[in-house]
Amino acid sequence: MINFMLNGLDVAVEKGTTLLEAARFYGIEIPTLCHNEGLSPYGACRLCLVEIGEPGKSRLVTSCTYPAQEGLQVRTHSERVVKTRKVIIELYLATCPSSKTIQDLASRYHVTRVRFRRKHDDCILCGLCIRYCNEQMQGKAIGFVNRGVERRITTPFNRKFEECRLCGGCIYICPACQARCQGPQEGSGVCNACLNLSPPCLDHFGDAMCYMDPCVACEQGRKG
Amino acid sequence: MALLEKQMQVDQENFTTRNGQSLVALLQEVQEQYNYLPEEVLRELACARGLSLMEMYSVATFYKSFSLQPRGRHKIVTCTGTACHVRGSEKVTEEVSRMLGVKPGGTSEDGEYSLESVNCLGACALAPLVVVDGEYHGNMTAARVAALFREQLKKMKGQSAESFDKVIEEKAIAGCSCARLLAGEKN
Ligand code: FES
Ligand code: FES
Repeated sequence: MINFMLNGLDVAVEKGTTLLEAARFYGIEIPTLCHNEGLSPYGACRLCLVEIGEPGKSRLVTSCTYPAQEGLQVRTHSERVVKTRKVIIELYLATCPSSKTIQDLASRYHVTRVRFRRKHDDCILCGLCIRYCNEQMQGKAIGFVNRGVERRITTPFNRKFEECRLCGGCIYICPACQARCQGPQEGSGVCNACLNLSPPCLDHFGDAMCYMDPCVACEQGRKG
Repeated sequence: MALLEKQMQVDQENFTTRNGQSLVALLQEVQEQYNYLPEEVLRELACARGLSLMEMYSVATFYKSFSLQPRGRHKIVTCTGTACHVRGSEKVTEEVSRMLGVKPGGTSEDGEYSLESVNCLGACALAPLVVVDGEYHGNMTAARVAALFREQLKKMKGQSAESFDKVIEEKAIAGCSCARLLAGEKN
């Protein structure tokens, strides 16, 4: 067992557990985009940042790829983490304003403006689809090509590839290109519709009827 | 946990062929033989060595030194890195491109020359640099490039005399300045 400090608490986890797994086990919420339990960690989206080390000498690491170490001091919600995370979400919003997953994240973490030029891409290069294809389907039909700003995901030689079994898993798992958010405003690039919803079930029943997060106000808000 | 280890193992496996050779080295070998990476060869290798074609394609598109298109017999590389840039590599590249009638990144129609630019060759003290068939030439200016080509082309002539003469002729028809240079050499 490895003993370390998580937000000031003494915790113990098995050897080899990542900080993300440990935090989730202890009920601490850390947002992720490129992490999926059935796939190997990749560390691309940087959303799962946590601060490690003593205050003053601390640094930010991606919790999904960082294994727990004896005596480590981990803070998942320090000011630095929260601020950095917001900027990262803002950057993703600028890249893919029409992704529902990303708009939901923005609402969840109170990102209410976008200060960057919007690109309207439909890929954030998180590599989920590639890992899904490789690890779950043993397909190896898609992968990254080129590098730097030219980096893209495609099949070999950009053509239909016989290794692809058309399972559709890559599209299913994609956080950017699949679920579309109808909301984002022309000017601001944020939707935040979910942020402004008040649960109608509270009015009707005096109690929440589901535990959806963010509350979709029983689909009402999305129609507008 | 176990996944983290698995990932490392996967990375290892992906970039090594079955007999332990690294993928980059393998691709380099192929490129040396064919002068570029032909699709059929990559497909065959993928089959024979149990490699993933996607992985090969990723690596081949990642590195600038690999080419998936046939390249010229002679490779001319100009450096456009910071040091070379401030010392006027732009003019040098322009001159080379004009002399050969090839745009950076392209190959001449007869398949003789290809021109490439790279970002720093690691010999900044000699900036600006031009590499002709693997030979480094430092302190280049537009004027010196012309002289260098005269030298170099003479050498190349030995290698493929026939096509060389043809090139000159064609260039002369097209009114290219390097044809004049070369024709001068011939007489
Ligand atoms: S979930 Fe850790 S970097 Fe994406
Ligand atoms: S910049 Fe040209 S060699 Fe370094």
